[in-house]
Amino acid sequence: MKNVQKQKRANKGLPFFFRDEFKVSFIIILISVALLITTFTFDIVPPILNRGIQPATFPKALLVLIIVMTLLIYYSATKNPWKVQNKLPKSFFLTLLSFLIFVVISKTLDFFLAISALSVFVSYYWGEKRIIYLLLVGIIFPVIVFVFFETILGLRFPPGIITNIYYS
Amino acid sequence: MDNLILMMSPLLSSKLLLVLFFGTLFGLILGVLPGLGPTTGGALILPFTMTLDPLSAIVLLTSIYCAGTYGGAITAVLINTPGTPAAAATCLDGYPLAQKGEAGRALGMATVSSAVGGIFSVIILVFFAPILAQLAYEFGQPEYFALAIFGLTMLASIGEGSPIKNLIAGAFGILISTVGKDFMTSIDRFTFGINELTEGIGFIPVVVGLFAISEMLTQSTLINQVFNRVALKAIKLPSKDDYKKTWKTILRSSGIGSFIGVLPAEGGTVASLIGYSEAKRFSKKPEEFGKGSIEGIAGAEAANNAATGGAMVPTLALGIPGSATTAVILTGLIIHGVRPGPDLFREQPDFLYGIFGAMLIANVLFFIFGFFGAKIFARITLVPNKILWPMIFAVSVCGTYSLNQSIIDVWIMLFFGVLGFFMRRYGFSVVPVIIGLILGELVEGTLRQSLVIFDGNWLMFFTRPIALTFFILSLIALAFPLIRSKKFKK
Repeated sequence: MKNVQKQKRANKGLPFFFRDEFKVSFIIILISVALLITTFTFDIVPPILNRGIQPATFPKALLVLIIVMTLLIYYSATKNPWKVQNKLPKSFFLTLLSFLIFVVISKTLDFFLAISALSVFVSYYWGEKRIIYLLLVGIIFPVIVFVFFETILGLRFPPGIITNIYYS
Repeated sequence: MDNLILMMSPLLSSKLLLVLFFGTLFGLILGVLPGLGPTTGGALILPFTMTLDPLSAIVLLTSIYCAGTYGGAITAVLINTPGTPAAAATCLDGYPLAQKGEAGRALGMATVSSAVGGIFSVIILVFFAPILAQLAYEFGQPEYFALAIFGLTMLASIGEGSPIKNLIAGAFGILISTVGKDFMTSIDRFTFGINELTEGIGFIPVVVGLFAISEMLTQSTLINQVFNRVALKAIKLPSKDDYKKTWKTILRSSGIGSFIGVLPAEGGTVASLIGYSEAKRFSKKPEEFGKGSIEGIAGAEAANNAATGGAMVPTLALGIPGSATTAVILTGLIIHGVRPGPDLFREQPDFLYGIFGAMLIANVLFFIFGFFGAKIFARITLVPNKILWPMIFAVSVCGTYSLNQSIIDVWIMLFFGVLGFFMRRYGFSVVPVIIGLILGELVEGTLRQSLVIFDGNWLMFFTRPIALTFFILSLIALAFPLIRSKKFKK
């Protein structure tokens, strides 16, 4: 409890644009406004085909609601600041990076290879240094999962270096 | 009598028994593993249910739901980490009692009260779901719209965390459901020229992303965390004295849990917290709570398992999910061509009572598995995260890809994984997003159809008594957190 109050006090000392409540509210409002502008580009249905309301009206109403409620949380946070979050550790950013590597490899090389690479990468950076376990998570388990999905669901995975060899 | 025979049908089918056995076992494992749970597990197994007939598929999902909710108690008692959010209140007394060398007694009470709560809620389900379904015949489009709004406001008011943040998350969920071709006019919305988005954003990528992938990111921030594990020798049945102390608490919490479950909210999590606080309020020894009170364990565990049957009532009778896991079950029903609602009760009673019976048996099965296998299940938590989570990632990716064989679904899953992590970090619950997504089409569809009926006159909503009642209840639901916080300040 004391810790939370301490974190809240620490947050209050920061300039408003550095506070989490400002950053979060700002991002939500920015995205909502961008989406709201997009709704004005939706096609308009002629009155004879229109059922009830235009297709853009409902999303517009939702986005306005989100913006209003975000302003409300920001206003309430000025009175009762959020607690300061701990800094994210390196392992978090490495995991995030592994997602990016996964996307790049699965798009350019192979889906299976991408899963394998991510598994080894994450396992290694989370502290697993034993080769046998890295082989387990990087090769043996993905192979089991692939074969399992392929045989039970009749799934065909996207083409790639390894999957092409497997399918041929 | 006929319905009772229909309920026992799963016992007569070896296939259904096998599905129940596997579902309960799988649910227990998911429940034991912190960060996973019946919602993620149900979403991951959904593609595999395509190989089953509709009844077996839903039996599998419901047995995972029942057993997964109980499984969270094992880790709550032994390592002070709830396997599922619904077991958070169990930690408060379960772990202190285990530290006193009574882990077997704590788990015994958790197992008995979970099974009693679960069975109690199935009885509630059997009696109330048909009544609610009958009432649903009175519902037209405006009433369904008002009901969906009531569901979302309830979610905001009694769900975890800030009600406004919950409302934002719910509205965001509904917004996601508008992506793709408008179902009434076929006009593209938020597709940004991406062909794959015209079909809309699927439920499974969002669920797996928000629950499994975001949890993986959360675990990446906790890799140096050390658990203080309490050894378990053997699980013990509660003594006569324990039964005497807790039977009233178990029954009260079962009632509370079933009631909370019926409301479209966060099901077991909220139920267990209210069950726990009510157990403390009625206890003769409230000072023992937090220090290893057996009543505290009974209160929390009976309530969270009772919420499972309760949450199935609106899911089956109205097609409105009572929790995130029932949203997955609802998706399972839709995928298998089963439309929940009053017609389901009239046209497919064998299917429905088969589910009720399966839930009843699942509660008995997890009692047996839990009682004899808790020690083994507890060992599952010894699998290190550095091995476990890459494996879960592989299953999540393949599971998400398999539904539509679409790589875009995998990207969507990753996007929602990152989003879910930041949502949770800043106090936004991800459950309203799921409920909003599943209710989105209903909300928009019924609103637009109602406006067609009313010739564009919004005020006509208030001329319909049932719709008006739901709107008033929604206002009360929105005002409730305000009143609660003022009372709390006093």
